[in-house]
Amino acid sequence: MSDTIRLEYEVPGDDFTRAGEASSDVKRLLKKLGVAPGAVRRVAIALYEGEINLAIHGGGGQIVVEVSPEEVSMVLSDQGPGIPNIELAMQEGWSTAPDSVRNLGFGAGMGLPNMKRNADEMTIESEVGVGTTVRMTVRVA
Amino acid sequence: MERGAFFHSVTLDREKCHGCINCVKRCPTEAIRVRNGKAQIITERCIDCGECIRVCPHHAKQATFDPVSVIDRFPYKIALPAPALYGQFNNLDDVDPVIGALELMGFDEVFEVARAAELVSDATRRYMAGDQMRRPVISSACPAVLRLIRVRFPELLDNILPLHAPIEVAARLAKREAAAKTGLPPEQIGAFFISPCPAKVTAVKMPLGTEKSSVDGVLAVREVYPRLISLMKDVPASAGELSGAGRMGIGWGSSGGEAAAALRERYLAADGIENVIRVLEDLEDEKFYDLDFVELNACAGGCVGGVLNVENPYVARAKLKRIRKYRPVACNRLPDDDLSPYQWDLAVQYEPVLELDANLKTAMEKMRQMHEIEERLYGMDCGSCGAPSCKALAEDVVRGFAEENACIFKLRDEMRAMADGLTRLARALPRASNDEDRRENSEKEKQG
Repeated sequence: MSDTIRLEYEVPGDDFTRAGEASSDVKRLLKKLGVAPGAVRRVAIALYEGEINLAIHGGGGQIVVEVSPEEVSMVLSDQGPGIPNIELAMQEGWSTAPDSVRNLGFGAGMGLPNMKRNADEMTIESEVGVGTTVRMTVRVA
Repeated sequence: MERGAFFHSVTLDREKCHGCINCVKRCPTEAIRVRNGKAQIITERCIDCGECIRVCPHHAKQATFDPVSVIDRFPYKIALPAPALYGQFNNLDDVDPVIGALELMGFDEVFEVARAAELVSDATRRYMAGDQMRRPVISSACPAVLRLIRVRFPELLDNILPLHAPIEVAARLAKREAAAKTGLPPEQIGAFFISPCPAKVTAVKMPLGTEKSSVDGVLAVREVYPRLISLMKDVPASAGELSGAGRMGIGWGSSGGEAAAALRERYLAADGIENVIRVLEDLEDEKFYDLDFVELNACAGGCVGGVLNVENPYVARAKLKRIRKYRPVACNRLPDDDLSPYQWDLAVQYEPVLELDANLKTAMEKMRQMHEIEERLYGMDCGSCGAPSCKALAEDVVRGFAEENACIFKLRDEMRAMADGLTRLARALPRASNDEDRRENSEKEKQG
């Protein structure tokens, strides 16, 4: 038997009422497992931001979470427009979110920076017109 | 009561319990199971919110509190009425008749909890001005919310305001003042809280934030109410002004009162246990930016919604509003910046009662088993097994509290498989005699 627990989620595009379900679910699971509170918090925040990104920018996407006794790894992928300049996107406050999204209180340009801050490792692969994949790891032990 | 042991202010009347699942489904910490036809509380999970008392259609779930006669154990008796008490009466413009009636009832003195609430609000403002706390600061006044955070939201323990609740402050101050006034030794002075909810009973018997509560007994609003009603007309008009609290203190009786008294612009007040949980989930994910203060009450409407009250919470809230109208903003202030009498003596620690196992690897193995069991269940969340959901049953099985066959749908399938097996077996029996002919004959007879 493998040593990890694997969870998969489908995030719908532009549905803010459902964005956050995956991070809540993962958070509940990690608490039940007894993962240290600080790590649970970092996973929850990073995953929630990523989930919102999938909903706002990616037109929906997929999340795969793998929990092992050492770390929580998260892969978020979408088939959206892609990020032309990743370095710029990583800057705090830089946002391409439309006004309709900003009016809902999202799109402050804190998503990716916040994810980076909370994850121990993070990589972004993106191709314009093809999609984006973000990989994050949070160490729990 | 010893530390580590569990006291709960919710008990079950076994005679009245039908073994239905109303309480099981509504418990916010999944602390109730039906076993042998009766509801059972998993004591380490219960947070004394009173939700089961509220929803039980048979009144089998009961709140524990002290009988009114408990006050006779002390030569000098002080009443500590909760602000919510004032909202129970009709046509009150001020609280003097209530205070006067409490004195006629046998109390030597009345110390309004609303007075202490104003001091706690002042302490909150000063404490928050210090900027030493993680924002948003979460109120610690509702004991059910405090216990909920302790078992379900450990990430937020650092956000909790580490100050005593007004009831504790009221008891300490009232006893000290009474000792100075009467010269009596402290053990002869008893302070009795008149409570809108059972969570406060637990908060007194098993306090968090301090070793021992200064409150000597907790009476229920609904028990004191009829006595006060009959005594209120006897309160002499010459008694003068008896109340010593302003709008702020009385406002603590309903949701939003404490947050408003903190005098912060960016605050949020949520009430009702489900709403409280949603806010805590979002706080944990840092979904709110720029929030200073969060007031949370387990009961809908705030303390006026407590299950020991008599009046509808929203009516009580309207009545409190009328009483507040003629009061000054506040009547009580801290004498100086010394907050030590108001601060917790003990830190509140995380109670990991919902964890599957202390060892992460074992917990993961149990989680995998849980998922497998859940796959085999039907996902109807019907509650017939006595657990609140299929997920909860799967967890109970892994923890060794239940059998998978507690699921009646699984049982039905097994019975069907067994019946199919019997039919198959009957058909497969070797035909030693000519029973085929016999059957045909008997069928002919029936038709004939």
